[in-house]
Amino acid sequence: MADRRTLLKGLAAAAILPVRGWAAVGQPDWVAASKLADGSHSLHGIDATGAITFAVALPDRGHAAAAHPYRAEVVGFARRPGTFGLVIDCRDGRVTRRLTPPQGRQFNGHGAFSADGTRLYTSEVVAEGSAGRVGVWDVRAGYQRIGEWDSRGIGPHELRLLPDGNLVIANGGIETDPTDRTPLNLDRMQPNLTILNPEGAEVSSRAFGPELAQNSIRHLALLPDGVAFAMQWQGDPGDGVPLLGIAPTGAGLTSHPAPAAETYAMKGYAGSIAAAGGMIAITSPVGGVAMIHDRQGAHLASLRRADICGAAARDEATFALTDGGGAIWAADPDGLTLLARHPLAWDNHLVRVTPLA
Amino acid sequence: MRYGSIALAALTVMLGTVVRADVEQAARDVIGPGYARFAEAAAALDGAAQADCSAAALQAPYQAAWDAWAAIDYFQLGPVEQDGRALAVSFWPDKKSSGQRAQQGLIDANAPVIDDPVAFATISVAARGLSGMERLLYQPGVTGDEEVLCRMRRATAGDLARTAAAIKADWPGFEALLTTAGASGNSRYLTGGEAQQALYTQLITGLEYLAQTRLGRPIGTADKPRPEAAEARAAGRSLRNVTLSLTGLRDLAMALRPEAAEARAAFDKAIGIAENLEDPIFDGVANPDGRKRALELERAILSAKLAVETDIGAPLGLSVGFNSKDGD
Repeated sequence: MADRRTLLKGLAAAAILPVRGWAAVGQPDWVAASKLADGSHSLHGIDATGAITFAVALPDRGHAAAAHPYRAEVVGFARRPGTFGLVIDCRDGRVTRRLTPPQGRQFNGHGAFSADGTRLYTSEVVAEGSAGRVGVWDVRAGYQRIGEWDSRGIGPHELRLLPDGNLVIANGGIETDPTDRTPLNLDRMQPNLTILNPEGAEVSSRAFGPELAQNSIRHLALLPDGVAFAMQWQGDPGDGVPLLGIAPTGAGLTSHPAPAAETYAMKGYAGSIAAAGGMIAITSPVGGVAMIHDRQGAHLASLRRADICGAAARDEATFALTDGGGAIWAADPDGLTLLARHPLAWDNHLVRVTPLA
Repeated sequence: MRYGSIALAALTVMLGTVVRADVEQAARDVIGPGYARFAEAAAALDGAAQADCSAAALQAPYQAAWDAWAAIDYFQLGPVEQDGRALAVSFWPDKKSSGQRAQQGLIDANAPVIDDPVAFATISVAARGLSGMERLLYQPGVTGDEEVLCRMRRATAGDLARTAAAIKADWPGFEALLTTAGASGNSRYLTGGEAQQALYTQLITGLEYLAQTRLGRPIGTADKPRPEAAEARAAGRSLRNVTLSLTGLRDLAMALRPEAAEARAAFDKAIGIAENLEDPIFDGVANPDGRKRALELERAILSAKLAVETDIGAPLGLSVGFNSKDGD
C-alpha cells in the first residue's frame, strides 16, 4: 500500500532528524492566532494550563493553523482571501518558509498535514469564481508545490485528514469577490461535504436538500465513526435552522437543531467545532454561546460567554475554548472553568497540536 | 515567593472587582426597572384575564404589556437567556407559523394542557407569550369555541406573567455578575471592561435588530416590499415597537456614557422620525412615499448606531467582539 510506504518513510525521516519535536517548545497542546492589544497579529503555542509557550508575529491577521505531526512546526494561514502561509519553527519563532498560492489562487484559511508529515494540503479557491482547490505541497522538498486537486465544490473552507488517510473538505458553497470577502451567489449556493483519497480522487460528496442549500458547511471535527460539521446560515435569520451536522461514515448527512427555546441563540452562525470524549461542541461568537452535544448531536448544554469561538479537545471529557477577551476555558456540560487569560484577543480557531493520547 | 505576591497583587488590580459606575447605573436604573415594569404589566394582563377573558377586555392591558416589553426587549443577556424566556415572551419572526399551528391544535383538541399551568410552560415557545396572545385577541389568529379561547387567554396571560415575574426575580443575580466582574467564581465577566463591553454590544445589536429586522423585514427590497412581514401587525403596533425600543436603547446609551451628546441627538432624531411616521403597521413600504419615509427611519437608526460607535464606543474603548463581527 502506498499509504503505508509513505508512512514508513516518514517515520524513518523522523528518526534521523535532529531533535526539534514538540517537547522542545514547551509541549503546547494547541496553537491559535491572536490579535494583540497594539493591533498586531500573532500565532501562539498554548500548553495544558493555558500558558503561552511561544509567540510568533504574523504579518497580517491569521485564521487557522496546521501542526506538523511530530516536528515542532506549524503552518499558520492568513485569513481568507489569504496570500500567505507561514511555516514556523516553533522553537524560535523563525519563519522557515513562506508559502504563496500560485497565480490566480487564494488560500482559504485552513490546511492539514498528512499523517506522516510529508505532505501539506491547503484549502484554496480559484480567485475568479471561487472554484475549490486542494493545494498539495511536498514538505520534505522544502514545501514545494507538487499539484492541486479539484475540491469538488465552491469556496472550500476547513479540510481535515481522516484516520484512513483520506481528506474531508467542507465546500462552503460561497463564491466571493476575488478582491474581498463579498459573497456573490447566496441565492444559488450548493455547499457539500467531500471526501478525497490521497490521490485526489473523489470518494464521496454529500449535501443536504434544497431547504438547507444556504447553510454553508465550513468547519469540521472528526468523530470515531464519521465527521461532525458546523454551518453558517446565509438565508433569512428568522429561519432558525440547524447549525450542527453529522456525516456518519457511509450514510447521508444529518442535521441537529438547537432546542426550540434556543432557536436563535447562535444567530445562525457557528464559528468553530470540536469533538471530545463522545461530545461535540460548536461555538457562536455572534451569539456569545457554546453548545455541547452528545455524539448523536443531541443538545446537552449551552454555555454563555461573549465572543467565544476557538474550540478544540482538551481531554477525554472536556473541551478547550477561547474567546476574544483573551480567556482560555475548560468546558464541559457543567460549565466553563477559566484556565488562563491573556491580554490579547484569540482569533477564530484553536488547533490541537497532537491527538489525544 | 515575593515575586509571587507582587504578581498576585498586579493580577488583582488587573482582574479585581472594579465596579464601573456606568455598568452599575445601567443595571440598576435601566434594565432592572425595565423588567419590573414588564412584570407589573404582565401581572395586570393576567389579573384582567382572570376577571374577564373576552378579547375586548384584554386588548388594552395586552398593549400595555407589549409597551413594557418593547422598551427592554433589546437586552438579550441574563435571565431572558434562560430556558428561552425571551422567545417565550415574543416569538417572532415565526415564518413557519409554528406558533399558530400549535395553538390551533390545542384549541381544536380542547387539550388538558390549557388548564395545567405547569404543563403549559413546557409547550412550544412559539405558541406562548405576547405572540400567542396576539392571535387570541386579534384577527387573523386562531379560531374556536369562545369558551376554549377564553381559557387559552387565561392560560397564556398567566404563563406570560409567570415568565415576566421569573425574569424580574432573577435579574438581581445577573446584575451581581455584571457589577462584580473579576470576582472569583464570576466566569461570565472577568473584568469591569468586559461587563461594559457586554452592555455596549447590546446597544449595537439592538440597533442592528431594529434596522435589519423590525424595519428591514417589511421594507424588503424595492422589487418586493413585504409589509405583511411586519412584527405585531395584527395588534397594530409594528412601528410602536420600533419607537419604544429606540427609547429604551437611548436610556441604556445614556447610562453608559451620560455626556454622549452626539449619540443622544442621533437617538432623538430617530425617535422623532418614528413618532411622526404615522404608518403603524408599515403598510406604506409598498408605496413610493411611504417607502421613502420608512427608509428615512432606517437610515436614522443606522446613524444612531454610528453615533453610538463614535460617541460611546470609541471614547470608552469599546467595540463589539473580535470574532463576533468576523464572518468566517
